[in-house]
Amino acid sequence: MTGLFAAAPSAVSFDTPANIAFAVIAVVMVIAAVRVVTTRNVVHAALWLMIVLGGNGLLYLLLQAEFVAMTQFLVYLGAIVVLFLFGIMLTRAPLGRSDDLDNDQRWMGVAVSLILLVVIGYSLIKTYSDDKLTFGAVRNAGTNAQTQDLATSIFVDYLVPFEVVSVLLLAALIGAIVLARRD
Amino acid sequence: MLLNQFLLLGAVLFCIGVYGVLARRNGVMVLMSIELILNAVNINLVAFGAMNGDLGGQVFALFVIAVAAAEAAVGLAIILALSRRSHSVDADQFHALRD
Repeated sequence: MTGLFAAAPSAVSFDTPANIAFAVIAVVMVIAAVRVVTTRNVVHAALWLMIVLGGNGLLYLLLQAEFVAMTQFLVYLGAIVVLFLFGIMLTRAPLGRSDDLDNDQRWMGVAVSLILLVVIGYSLIKTYSDDKLTFGAVRNAGTNAQTQDLATSIFVDYLVPFEVVSVLLLAALIGAIVLARRD
Repeated sequence: MLLNQFLLLGAVLFCIGVYGVLARRNGVMVLMSIELILNAVNINLVAFGAMNGDLGGQVFALFVIAVAAAEAAVGLAIILALSRRSHSVDADQFHALRD
């Protein structure tokens, strides 16, 4: 994002506060994500997942994607976590602590994910180590120009994918009702 | 801010999600790990969009959120139907296609 600050070097830079905020959010998200996949309590896993999803929304705010952040809060925190809690209760999962949540492939899983992390991390560090993100000044502060641009982009450039996604959501809705119906 | 800090955080969350998909026994927990993976991808999309000054990244992050909602709904419905059928959500026990 080439912001206005690149043109005006005397302006205040928000780089350090943004980095501190990123570090705090990243540490909390990684800890919560590890707890999601290692906790012994199914309900706690859903609640830790909520922290990861909320941190994701805060990262979108750091990247100046306000509409995506609000959608994340509404759809994920409001709907999907509740859906998971309903799923846990409807499948009569053990609500308390249970020791058999992991299968015997867990060491294989650790190995696979560590190898994947090394490969992805190495290629990312090798490829993108010079790219920087700078905070641009908010254009037309006090208006919602950025969200208007996003709406224009969706409904002009990406209209066909948008319609496909709406048909997909309708199909998923009908499919979920048919699958879960008790006959 | 560096672009790489977002991409590396996305990579770490992706790998944690992959571990969850491989190691979890309960079907609902496998779906939660898939949500972790999709969120890691979303971070990458928004960060690349911010680097290029392009709104396409944000648009596709919204599409991924919609597809993830559809996936969670259908996945939970399947797990619910399976748990009614065999009174278990253990992914290791669903091997009716094998034998």
